[in-house]
Amino acid sequence: MKALAKQREIWLLAAIALLVALVAVRFPAFARPQNLLTVFNDTSILIILALGQMAVILTRSIDLSMASNLAFTGMAVAMTNAAFPEIPVLFLLLMATVIGTVLGAFNGLLVWLLGIPPIVVTLGTLTVYRGATFVLSGGAWVNADQMSPGFIALPRAEFFGLPMLSWLGIAAITFFYVLMTRTALGRSIYAAGINPVASIYAGINVGRTQFIAFCLSGMMAGLSGYLWVSRYVIASVEVANGYELTIVAACVIGGISIAGGIGSVTGAVLGALFLGIIGNALPVIDISPFWQMAISGTAIILAVALNARGERPKGRIILRKAES
Amino acid sequence: MTSDTANTLQRIPDRLDTPFRNALFSWEMLLVIVALAIFIINSFASPYFLNAWSLSDLTFNFTEKGLIALAMALLIISGEIDLSVAAIIALASTMMGMAVQAGADTPLLVLIGVGVGLLCGAFNGLLVTRLGLPSIVVTIGTMSLFRGIAYIILGDEAYKGYPSSFAFFGQGYVWWVISFELVLFLAAAIVFWFLLHRTSFGRTVYAIGNNPVAAAFSGIRVERVKFILFCLTGLMAGIASVLLTSRLASTRPSIAYGYELEVITMVVLGGVAILGGAGSIPGVVLAAFIMGLVTFGLGLVNVPGIVMSIFTGLLLIVVIALPIIWNRIRHKSA
Repeated sequence: MKALAKQREIWLLAAIALLVALVAVRFPAFARPQNLLTVFNDTSILIILALGQMAVILTRSIDLSMASNLAFTGMAVAMTNAAFPEIPVLFLLLMATVIGTVLGAFNGLLVWLLGIPPIVVTLGTLTVYRGATFVLSGGAWVNADQMSPGFIALPRAEFFGLPMLSWLGIAAITFFYVLMTRTALGRSIYAAGINPVASIYAGINVGRTQFIAFCLSGMMAGLSGYLWVSRYVIASVEVANGYELTIVAACVIGGISIAGGIGSVTGAVLGALFLGIIGNALPVIDISPFWQMAISGTAIILAVALNARGERPKGRIILRKAES
Repeated sequence: MTSDTANTLQRIPDRLDTPFRNALFSWEMLLVIVALAIFIINSFASPYFLNAWSLSDLTFNFTEKGLIALAMALLIISGEIDLSVAAIIALASTMMGMAVQAGADTPLLVLIGVGVGLLCGAFNGLLVTRLGLPSIVVTIGTMSLFRGIAYIILGDEAYKGYPSSFAFFGQGYVWWVISFELVLFLAAAIVFWFLLHRTSFGRTVYAIGNNPVAAAFSGIRVERVKFILFCLTGLMAGIASVLLTSRLASTRPSIAYGYELEVITMVVLGGVAILGGAGSIPGVVLAAFIMGLVTFGLGLVNVPGIVMSIFTGLLLIVVIALPIIWNRIRHKSA
């Protein structure tokens, strides 16, 4: 099982390497380490979001409200900054994380306590959070000139040659890697997705595990809310509209099974990088950015078709769904 | 799951509920009450609401999405889902736009719109049934693919110049204030009601949604039924594309953006179990009317569209949550 998962990530890595190589044939500068770091920096937000989504999908749930959560949190933070420029940016970062977590917890509570299917809950909050962003801002934008210099500078500040945004991406990867592979919570997230009934017998509270996963995805969405707004220096109601499906796509390309329980941090990161590299490569090789949507759509279909082969149970299973 | 939970949850009543009692406490009844309540609130909130033309305009809010919701209901009852319907509208509309540039006339346009929808649905169906892939992921993929093709063809341009005879589908009236779209929606509702509730095909849809393995063992061709349902959903999306394109008289690649979530909200609000196996066409039709009433009523009192989405989102959650809470209270007191 583990060898198989490893293999899948190696294939994805190979696909990414091939992609970079193909672009580099025409434009050698694309494969230069400095440029690859820029691509990583550009993809950091998607990586952070995909990691949060991964935790949710692993528990057999899905969080479609992440992009709306991001927009709301981003707007709240940007408006606070515009109104009170003297508040330190680190406090705003904390505030974004807290707001995001609260919105995620709301999803999680509905799933945990009322047992409403996650896709219904987050479909609802997807529109509610986006609408709330409009109510909060009155439809107005927060522009670059209203934001304090520190607010804009944080993701761009360089440490050891890398922007803060990349460091936050690396921090998120490390955090999730430790969480998923080295803690009891990580194990129960996998267990709840692989076999909820067996998990209950093993003493795992499946509902609470899902709740925590939603808190994590909310936290990542909130963090990304600040990062998005300060990186693109605009906060509007339309921010990241439709991005929830890109996040899910990154997870799917990364080999995270939508049926829960299968997937890894490496997969989520590679899936996000794959989409990030396509996005960065298209303008370089002079293909209209309008191609991006169709290409990522094809990538999703190919990825899920290839992954399904690995997931199919070997041998004959007589009582497949006897336990549920 | 286990025998003791079965004992506590399933008690056997002394007397079965009468059909009247069943109807009184059904989901559809709840929807009728909600619809009436919103209707009355609307009439009080705005003096412009109770007017034949206002009510006629109201129907345009849901007819296109409602048409797709009818087919989507069957698909969801069978345990699958199609997130690509809005993208199918975009692709079909783009193809119709291309045909107009090439000089096609109205009958050919309709054929292209409906045909592209059907083909897209068949493509989804093949991926799901032939390759055995989860439909939610497949249709997230085809959603990007179909709309992506529309973006490749159109970029930031738009197609215009549809023939004037093409305008009838989205703007025409059959009689007085009764629009062609409304008639088509009601006719489709009757067809789908008959298909789901009065034919053996409809029974197989429920059977598959409740237990695909048992359905397969009882001789139902599960894959084929699912394939047909995906084709039907694509077909309805193609028809919706003809209506919407005709109504807007232009095509942009962003056409019908986000419709898929509204269609699914409609279906779930209509009482269809998102996990499959349960639901009814009257419920979906009522839910379509409710969504139309809510958005139109809020529009009359000058609530912006995006704030309306808060109401539809909350409506979805509350309508699902209330029966669960209600059941819990009843079980606790019993």
